[in-house]
Amino acid sequence: MMKWNLYSRGDKIFAIAVSVLIGMFTVATLYPFIYIAAVSFSSGFAAQSGKVVFMPIDATIEAYGYIINDPKFWRSYGNTFIYTIGGTIMSMLFIIPGAYALSRPQLKGRRFFNLFIAFTMWFNAGLIPFFLNMRDLGLLDSMFGIIIAFAVNAFNIILLRNFFEAIPQSFEEAARMDGANDFQVLWKVYVPLSKPAIATITLFCIVSRWNGFFWAMVLLQSEEKIPLQVFLRHTIANLSDNDEFAILQTAAGFSAETVTAAIIVCSIIPVLIVYPFIQKYFEKGILLGGVKE
Amino acid sequence: MAEEHTTAAGQPIQEAVIEAQEAQRMPPNDGRWTRLFDHFKREWQIYAMLLPTIIWFLVFLYKPMYGLQIAFKDYSIFRGVANSPWIGLEHFQTLFSNDQFLRAIGNTIKISALNLIFGFPAPIILALMFNEVLHASYKRTAQTIVYLPHFISSVIIAGIVITAFSPTAGIVNTIIGWFGLDPVYFLTQPQWFRPIFVGTGIWQEAGFGSIVFLAAIAGVNPSLYESAVVDGANRWQMMWKITIPSILPTILIMLIIRIGNVMEVSFELVILLYQPATYETADVVNTWIYRQGLQSGQYDLAAAGGLFNAFVAFVLVMTANTLSRRYSRTSLW
Repeated sequence: MMKWNLYSRGDKIFAIAVSVLIGMFTVATLYPFIYIAAVSFSSGFAAQSGKVVFMPIDATIEAYGYIINDPKFWRSYGNTFIYTIGGTIMSMLFIIPGAYALSRPQLKGRRFFNLFIAFTMWFNAGLIPFFLNMRDLGLLDSMFGIIIAFAVNAFNIILLRNFFEAIPQSFEEAARMDGANDFQVLWKVYVPLSKPAIATITLFCIVSRWNGFFWAMVLLQSEEKIPLQVFLRHTIANLSDNDEFAILQTAAGFSAETVTAAIIVCSIIPVLIVYPFIQKYFEKGILLGGVKE
Repeated sequence: MAEEHTTAAGQPIQEAVIEAQEAQRMPPNDGRWTRLFDHFKREWQIYAMLLPTIIWFLVFLYKPMYGLQIAFKDYSIFRGVANSPWIGLEHFQTLFSNDQFLRAIGNTIKISALNLIFGFPAPIILALMFNEVLHASYKRTAQTIVYLPHFISSVIIAGIVITAFSPTAGIVNTIIGWFGLDPVYFLTQPQWFRPIFVGTGIWQEAGFGSIVFLAAIAGVNPSLYESAVVDGANRWQMMWKITIPSILPTILIMLIIRIGNVMEVSFELVILLYQPATYETADVVNTWIYRQGLQSGQYDLAAAGGLFNAFVAFVLVMTANTLSRRYSRTSLW
């Protein structure tokens, strides 16, 4: 990249204009979050009458008080942690050994197995057959069902396989000399050398588990099993025409809007906490995923 | 002691001779099976590692493909997939005389077209702009922020949209009110659904989508810019004459992927944002399948709709790939 003082006057104007546009787009991206945070800390009356623009109006934490007293909120929050941690571990148990096996040149039928996996990226059976299959497997309304059924996807396996393939054979020779078997070679040589790729996949798994909504809504019937996203959806859909809540909110300082906003804030916070770690890896991760096959 | 004769591998000759005789006595076929047996005995561990993944794909992705046959059957829960009677193409005839399904196809194509026209160039423009920003930490901060919405769940995105566009409480109507205009209940009006949906998609994905193009830009040969500077080109000319032509293959690949996904409007967000009042413009194929199959229990008809959808998507991606390979020598595979 050239130095600023080498720029002509036109180039300088161009660079400044672009920087301003980028700044505007960045503010536009950020604003909805600021707005929601402001609504969550405003009084129910101020939120309902559309007074909130940038800062909380009649600042209060009543909406947060309402949700932390709701056992369903905590229950669903806990469930989301179970799905996220359990699901991510399950994914790793399949993906790491599977990708290692597919990266071995001596694997017989390697081309076939690779195609077998890659094919699912181009064609899948769709919602209904998947749902009926889950029902036939007895995995409806099952927390384990959610954890196992979304554990693997072709993209992650191929991404890690490509990474393993790029590791020179010479790295494992020393371990082989010491009589290490494949499990040991994978664990002691390949996994430590593939930390960036594994971290990327782990973080993608965590985010997709944390955000998972549709299938949790379709497959889970019991209220005590639903994750936070489904709870949030129920809240948004039901709060505004819930009579009991209407009576509550007139007495208190919150409203459907502020409670919804407060739940949104609570469910974004963990994402914001892991985001710096994700960011370190995902740019590389996406480029690793220059999926061949 | 007699001198030991050894082969190149250091094996006593006698042993080698015996082995060779042994090998000759065995029919060649047996040799292959023995070698295969030895191979599995030596390498069983990698097959053991692969097995769970293969089983997972069979159970969760390939078995549903077998279940797809209900699109051609009169499926009943009690008879199951295999025992339900075949009825040929009846479901497909029903589909194509079903106004709602046809409307859903139309809506899917219209929303995808809007996504392609407005949503596809957005990350490219953003990446080109990021490339012109000189201040490193300003650029870094802006990137950190614009990538963020990608990691937010669609439920939250929908929650934000619903709050922001609410007729009484929402910021959008507050702003409209400043200009003395009457509030609009955006989410109940069919004509507003697509602009809101496509706009939300750009807000959520444009930043993250720019990563791929930024990587392509980073790969452009710096000497091209150096010689352009010698020739007296300005940044604007370099962008058009060097950067854009250099990243064209990446743009084409992303376009192929986009075209292949024309039938896959992010229906999760549609489900969260639409309501019966806006079905007219909002109902896409996958939401129709969801309502018809999972809510009304017409599994076979809905599966037929899904198969049609998957088939169209498959044809689209193949066509886009072939055209791209023919005209630009860039292709996905």
